[in-house]
Amino acid sequence: MEFLNTSIGRKMIMAVTGGSMILFTIIHLLGNSSIFVGPSGINSYAEHLHSMPLPIIVAFRAVMLALFVVHVIYGIQLTLENRVGRTSQYALKANRKATFSSENMIWTGSLLFVFIVYHLLHFTFRSTPGLKLVTDASGHFDVFAMVASSFTSFVGAGIYVAFVAVLFLHLYHGIQSFFQTIGQANDSTLPTITTVGRFVALVLFLGFASIPLSILLGIIKG
Amino acid sequence: MSDHKTMTINLVVWRQKNANDTGKFENYTVKGITGHHSFLEMLDVLNEDLIHAGKEPVNFDHDCREGICGMCSQVINGMAHGGQERTTVCQLHMRKFKDGDTIYVEPWRARAFPLLKDLVVDRSALDRIIQAGGYTSCHTGGVPDANSTLIPKPAADESMDAAECIGCGACVAGCPNGAAMLFTGAKVSQFAVLPQGRPEAKQRVLNMVQAMKDNNFGNCTNHYECQAACPKGINVKFIARMNREYFKAQF
Repeated sequence: MEFLNTSIGRKMIMAVTGGSMILFTIIHLLGNSSIFVGPSGINSYAEHLHSMPLPIIVAFRAVMLALFVVHVIYGIQLTLENRVGRTSQYALKANRKATFSSENMIWTGSLLFVFIVYHLLHFTFRSTPGLKLVTDASGHFDVFAMVASSFTSFVGAGIYVAFVAVLFLHLYHGIQSFFQTIGQANDSTLPTITTVGRFVALVLFLGFASIPLSILLGIIKG
Repeated sequence: MSDHKTMTINLVVWRQKNANDTGKFENYTVKGITGHHSFLEMLDVLNEDLIHAGKEPVNFDHDCREGICGMCSQVINGMAHGGQERTTVCQLHMRKFKDGDTIYVEPWRARAFPLLKDLVVDRSALDRIIQAGGYTSCHTGGVPDANSTLIPKPAADESMDAAECIGCGACVAGCPNGAAMLFTGAKVSQFAVLPQGRPEAKQRVLNMVQAMKDNNFGNCTNHYECQAACPKGINVKFIARMNREYFKAQF
């Protein structure tokens, strides 16, 4: 298909896959914030998710995996193509609009890749050492105990704060880039889209970082 | 002229004999420059000195020297056209610099623009994008009546804003990826917003986007360096419009 062979087509695929993952991230934060209610909050939320029919869970995970893989593959491909767009470099180059975030999307993306793999091994497959895996008498898994046991050390919490800081850098450029690429921006809307996008990225950072930090500092207790 | 003060400028200029030469920077000192010299006139002074000394003058592109032809093409201190807003190199004046300044002068650097000599690059890749669709097919013949095709004023203005592009290639030179999205976006948009351009809009955007790819331009990563580099202030909204047109052309 020709659409997938041109840069605009590929970038639109990147925008839509990235945008879908941003939506997932927002819902993920809303769900995770149930931990502030206490152990019963996050446990009943997890119970609610896991009690969904298996085909829905499997389908959802398959879609998320597909979005992730497509976004990563096109991201790498476009970056490699762009690296050779300028064959000889300037001795002096003053960037006037590019940001640290926009110039380092491939690196923040690569770090996110590593973090997401770690995150899945950690809380989805529960295969990292030191996790407190408890199932109560009625057969319900204690998600709160697992999460709390991960964030009692500076290292455990620090990894996740670093994770969401990188996510912030990625979305700082990514959200406005989504609207520009799908063609839903113009000169009067782009400044607002950029500001709101950066604000959303900041809210996601603060929201996600608040959970490990609250557990580390003892604000959330079991 | 009332000013008696003249400046001495140190230049670091890219010299390259031809496309196969590796090229290197040469240092020059130019004396007797006033604030009224344009940047190109300052280079003229340098070249006269070089010619008198029996050396090869610095080759650079220029034509109208009025800021409208799009020939001048130099990256000055890391900024296409020197970084003054909405200004081409020929309209950049030496009053923007100080006595004793060291100025780097480099050619446009992009894979799609092979270097010919010194500061001169081959920008015919932009012409090939235009050939792919930057026109409307129409019957020639008698002059049509005025207002026989009604165009809303906002659409006419939008088209003119896009048509301000002089095709100098600063957007490509400024882009970290060597992409021609601002140029092509402007050319697609100037027709897409007008009734005369609509009949061929679909094929135009498909062909011009394909031409960008065929001519070794990079991809857009929304840094917006192109807009900062553009001497005509072309807005990146035309890139978004091209993306929209490209998407619509799929159906």
